[in-house]
Amino acid sequence: MRDVAVIGVGCTTFGEKWSESFRDLFIEAGALALEDAHLSGEKIDAMYVGNMSAGRFIEQEHNGALIADYAGMATRHIPSTRVEAACASGGLAFRQAVIAVASGMEDIVVAAGVEKMTDVEPGATTDALAGAADREWEGFVGATFPGLYAMIARDYMHKYSMTREQLAQVAVKNHYNGARNPIAQYQQEITIDTVLRSTMVADPLRLFDCSPITDGAAAVILAPMSRAREFTDTPIKVLATAQASDSIALHDRRDISTLDATVAASQRAFKMAKLTHKDINMVEVHDCFSIAEICAIEDLGFCKKGTAGKFTADGETALGGRIPVNTSGGLKACGHPVGATGIKQVCEIVQQLRGTAGKRQIDGAKIGMTHNVGGTGATVAVHILGRV
Amino acid sequence: MTVARFWRKIPQRYNLIGTKCETCHRHFFPPRTFCPDCRREGKIVDHKFAGKGTVVTFTIIQTAPDQFASHGPYVLAIIKLDEGPQMTSQVVCDPGEAKIGMRVKSTFRRIATDGESGIIHYGTKFMPE
Repeated sequence: MRDVAVIGVGCTTFGEKWSESFRDLFIEAGALALEDAHLSGEKIDAMYVGNMSAGRFIEQEHNGALIADYAGMATRHIPSTRVEAACASGGLAFRQAVIAVASGMEDIVVAAGVEKMTDVEPGATTDALAGAADREWEGFVGATFPGLYAMIARDYMHKYSMTREQLAQVAVKNHYNGARNPIAQYQQEITIDTVLRSTMVADPLRLFDCSPITDGAAAVILAPMSRAREFTDTPIKVLATAQASDSIALHDRRDISTLDATVAASQRAFKMAKLTHKDINMVEVHDCFSIAEICAIEDLGFCKKGTAGKFTADGETALGGRIPVNTSGGLKACGHPVGATGIKQVCEIVQQLRGTAGKRQIDGAKIGMTHNVGGTGATVAVHILGRV
Repeated sequence: MTVARFWRKIPQRYNLIGTKCETCHRHFFPPRTFCPDCRREGKIVDHKFAGKGTVVTFTIIQTAPDQFASHGPYVLAIIKLDEGPQMTSQVVCDPGEAKIGMRVKSTFRRIATDGESGIIHYGTKFMPE
């Protein structure tokens, strides 16, 4: 297997982008990534695109070909593949691209993610998202995504001593980071009161515990390490790629408030990279809901089960804390265009490792991790990236 | 949900007909036609569940999808059936009454409505025992 490097990254701003279409978004992200890699489109050998539900959001399938076409690659007939795993689509697209380069099959590969979520009315958007859970036996009886994560939160708070205020601190911290990220959907700081006074969505989760509906795209360019310095002075090495699956329905899990797929994927990633959680300088985790970040930092091994509420309230996951979590603002503040999120996480870690993360920069960052979840934990992708 | 898609699962949805594996005696609801433990050694047969269980966790849905909007806030729960498997369902009770560990029994109720002139879906909910 060859070593693989990220040689370019690009990300649109995230938000409700009424004036921009699905096509506008991925072209912008792709162009930014190519520019960043000092590369022209003719050098690209293959593309993998993470997208959850363009079929529902813009009534368009066959997006691998569409994107190749509008990115000007169709005349060269390069292979372009759409990858779908609900909210983990981006993480899996990245992993497929890494595997393609590592195998020696392809050299210069684009991994991208795109989601245009605001071209249908909000009810249709949330219904499409509910397809990430078990439609027949969860959605049919009235389960919503906030509802499923609320059941995780209640199980967690029943078993461990986390306060509602500690849970709210996840959103407060992520908004603080988002306020320092020029691409973030929400660049305003909030307080614990903002969270506790927001509308109840699914008890105990309130509006400010939930990530928003977002339009956006992100792209990264991969090359074999042996060629990376042809394009950049700061290649970032992919130290590990790992993926795990679990039951599609939350009710079939071994433990409601542990994402076993996160545990499995992180163990595989640490083994592949020959590292432990102590070696990681910062991590982008999948905080689709505040409780998801609490479970993630425990299941990835950064603190013991049942202690992440206090760990967060003590500032250990803040900028300058023991393990900064979601320096980008996470899904909560940076936004969550579902298929793009896994790629945006890689973009953020690459910026941190290059030392170009501006006001969010972690001093001396050498190794970073990404954690991307599909549904309530039926798919998890974990990657570790390092400076060379 | 279209008519055929709903209709083909009516016995399961109305009467809690799940399955069990006669090789390892594990019960499945929602039903499975392939035993994940015994794999091809498994022998799957239908099994009617008694409809009694315990609330493992729950939430109160305040922001409901359109087809459930007429219900007002409702209690959604994961219920561990006495035969072993866990399933997601609504609990018909005052939201303030719901508790982890609460004993519940199944009841036949309206689940959702596809608009004003669409199909009314029925199925199994639970109520305090």
